[in-house]
Amino acid sequence: MSVLGALVAQNVAFGVIAAIMVFAAIRLVTTRNVVHAALFLVVTLGGVAALFLLMGAEFVGITQILVYIGAVVVLFLFGIMLTRTRIGDEEGTDHAHRLPAVLAAALVATVTIYAVVAGFGDAELPADTRTTTAEVADSIFSTYIVPFEAVSVLLLAALIGAIAVARRD
Amino acid sequence: MVKLPSIGVLAAEGTAEIVQVGGWFLSNVWIIPAIPAASFFAILFFGKRMPRGGSELGIAAVAASLVLALCTVGQWISTVNGAHGAAVEPVVNRWTWWVAGGVDFQLGTLVDGLAVALLFVVTAVSLLVHVYSTDYVAGDVRYTHFFAFLSLFTASMLFFVLAENTIQMIVGWELVGVCSFVLIGHWWEEKPNSDAALKAFLTNRVGDVGLLVGVSVLFFAAGGTFSILEINTKALGGEIGHTLLLVSALCLLAAVISKSGQFFLHTWLPDAMAGPTPVSALIHAATMVVAGVYLVARLYGVFFEGMVIAGSSINALALIGGLTTLVGASLAFVQNDIKRVLAYSTISQLGYMVMALGVGAWTAAVFHLFTHAFFKACLFLGSGSVSHAVHSFDMKADMGGLRRHMPHTYRTFLIASLALAGLPPLAGFWSKDEILAGTGGWGVFGGTGGNGAYTAMLVMGMVTAALTAAYMTRCVYLTFFGRYRGHGHPHESGRRITVPLWILAVFAVGAGWTNLPKGFQIVPKSWTEQFGHFVEPAAAEGFYFPKIAHATPSWTLAIVSILVVLAGGGLAFGYYALVDRRAKAGGPATELADGPTSRWAPARLGHTLLAQKYYLDHLYTGIVAKGTAGPVARGAYWFNQHGIDEVVNQAGRKAVAAGHVVYDRIDQKVIDGVVNTAGAASHGAGEELRRMQTGKVQQYAGVMFVASVVLAAALILVL
Amino acid sequence: MLLNQFLILSAVLFAIGVYGVLARRNGVLVLMSIELILNAVNINLVAFGSYVSSVSGEVFALFVITVAAAEVGVGLAILLLLYRNRRSVDLSEADLMKG
Repeated sequence: MSVLGALVAQNVAFGVIAAIMVFAAIRLVTTRNVVHAALFLVVTLGGVAALFLLMGAEFVGITQILVYIGAVVVLFLFGIMLTRTRIGDEEGTDHAHRLPAVLAAALVATVTIYAVVAGFGDAELPADTRTTTAEVADSIFSTYIVPFEAVSVLLLAALIGAIAVARRD
Repeated sequence: MVKLPSIGVLAAEGTAEIVQVGGWFLSNVWIIPAIPAASFFAILFFGKRMPRGGSELGIAAVAASLVLALCTVGQWISTVNGAHGAAVEPVVNRWTWWVAGGVDFQLGTLVDGLAVALLFVVTAVSLLVHVYSTDYVAGDVRYTHFFAFLSLFTASMLFFVLAENTIQMIVGWELVGVCSFVLIGHWWEEKPNSDAALKAFLTNRVGDVGLLVGVSVLFFAAGGTFSILEINTKALGGEIGHTLLLVSALCLLAAVISKSGQFFLHTWLPDAMAGPTPVSALIHAATMVVAGVYLVARLYGVFFEGMVIAGSSINALALIGGLTTLVGASLAFVQNDIKRVLAYSTISQLGYMVMALGVGAWTAAVFHLFTHAFFKACLFLGSGSVSHAVHSFDMKADMGGLRRHMPHTYRTFLIASLALAGLPPLAGFWSKDEILAGTGGWGVFGGTGGNGAYTAMLVMGMVTAALTAAYMTRCVYLTFFGRYRGHGHPHESGRRITVPLWILAVFAVGAGWTNLPKGFQIVPKSWTEQFGHFVEPAAAEGFYFPKIAHATPSWTLAIVSILVVLAGGGLAFGYYALVDRRAKAGGPATELADGPTSRWAPARLGHTLLAQKYYLDHLYTGIVAKGTAGPVARGAYWFNQHGIDEVVNQAGRKAVAAGHVVYDRIDQKVIDGVVNTAGAASHGAGEELRRMQTGKVQQYAGVMFVASVVLAAALILVL
Repeated sequence: MLLNQFLILSAVLFAIGVYGVLARRNGVLVLMSIELILNAVNINLVAFGSYVSSVSGEVFALFVITVAAAEVGVGLAILLLLYRNRRSVDLSEADLMKG
């Protein structure tokens, strides 16, 4: 496949993924069924993982699938079960007046899109953006070793905090 | 610290960058902290199965460390003697620990006179405390655990003392903090003990922020190095701007204030007496609390330049130290708990050290640290021995007349008290006098030189000297004289308690003779200023230590200070002699029934102020911490008990109640026709603002999103 | 590929997430919307990292993923406690801080 062909394929892939993601995201915030929302979250997060792979960030993409779809979504499903939200359609998942939320979201979208369009115009990504897992690892364990340690402590703190908060006694 | 051996192996393989080769003991000094660190793990894992519960391991490890420390001291002395007055480079050994973001993090040891002196103090006091503890905490449920943490504490302090760079100092600093937390809360089943441990920990955290910020500022100011020597050299060489030095010195001062119990963050130290007495002796008198003093002494270049110590008459360091001596000494008067008297006395003496560093009397400060460690450890262990006999710490209720029952404890306690009060020829006199002379404030009477005219500090030091003599007289009288007021029959403690006491008492007498003042005509010239000679780095161009001016010892000053001490002690003595006479005639045994506090209102007011510790605790817990630290401290337990809805309900109810009060009053006023325009206006504004506080978290989120987007839009449009 | 196609997609997802955070009453759904916002940020990070040919963007995205996992854990624990005490995770009922 020629370079141009690859580019076209990439753009087509992006378009398909983006369309699916936006659809899933909108359903995620509008559906009345909480379990459906979790499933739409899976679709959206999977789309994000696909975008990462498209950008050549293989390690982040795989981590996205493992951590988000593997762990976080399962955690959400547990949360849904434990808080005994009704499975199936439900009244009262949304506020009655949603106009302010729509306006706020529209404002956010307008300002950010204007900013990126004005700021980056038609800047191209480099043709080859692939990074290997080895490079990421080198970076984490040399330049970013201190943040890495800090994040590990944060995880420990979150673990203890979650147990302390949710413990029943 | 635990990693040291493996890094030593690395060094042998040739990756080490050895800066300078000294004697074997000086370059392999890392073994000294490594031994107790190893013993910590050994006791933790095998202690319970050993015949003496692991205490033998701890004692053996610290004894080995002491032997090595003594060898190091000897080698250092011969090195300095071999230099014949030239500046001796400190012995530095370092290895790269890890590299991150182009910065070399190193691990190493730095040995100079200061480190060597501290090595000896820490290992010697720690060994005696270990021996003492085998009797004192015998039969305790967590006997093994106690010795494990004594070992860890010793290791951490030694690690801190030998730190080659500021990162290591932070590590050691935090380690001693953790050990202190664990040991204060040793008997955590009782609520006050765990509260005290938390208080100590949280108060120290306040200062640790300063330490982190200060070290970071110094790192960037010194061009990306953590090395203590390099930072000092650059600070003194004028390579770091004055503002940066001042900022970092002030940040580090915050750390010193919390760790060394300086005025206004000293409140944790008396509460820390909830820990077992040997811990108080080791941690809260002799070693850990001097970590702050050591920090200043270590980074003295930064403080010397940043605070402009030379040629000034006041600076933050000296002022904090001076205030602390006064506050500590005055608070020691109203305590009935013998350990609290000693705790406030420690605060006061630490203030002396910080003040001495602030006025440029570096050697005097370190010397006082050295002598104080021995006599204060002796006092604390003595108070432990007393409490062992009478099962209480309350001097007024349960002590008195113990000199007949506990002759060894009495004699050692008395010696150490005299040393603390500063009577010649005991240790405290020499170091205290050197500090007083070092203020350079004796100028009116012929001048003692020094770095500036710190007359205010001299006055504070003098007043404190009188106060110290008086409160120690009170303490000794209440404990050992008069009639026994406790229960049962007190008896002298065993050998394992009295022998350490006597050893410390000997040091309390003799430690001061290591640094007799220059020009002291009674002894040969070669006997004077030995301590300073070996500990203080000789000044040289481009060196890590500032050229400090030395004060000339003054006979008149010494005599005046002795007179002041005698006057303070004599007044208290007279008071208690009177108490004693009245007590024999049937009056109260601990104070005069018609003393000044009962007859004279200002005296009573002063007493209340002191008894309430200048209301500092009220300020911190009642006002500052009520909304934050209180819930944090009690949170874990409370949370379990009541769950979050109780918290929310309480907060809600209180807010509603407060709202009602405001509403009713303002409403009443309106109805009564007292039209207060200002009141009505603020009421209106409050109502309007109240409407915003809907309590709905998503409205807050919405406001936040919109506001930040609007701000972002403003930025985009403007830029 | 253009840099902007990623950035604009990210902005759209972010805005949808904001809508979800503001419009939903169920606490679990609000948390899901927050995940959407965090993921939008991650797309930005990786896109910018690719743009400047640096691996830093990916490393930060990894950190964000970690923090997000911690946040979900603590967030769900809080919701659980809320549910246990009030038998509901309706955020509009949790307004005891009302002035």
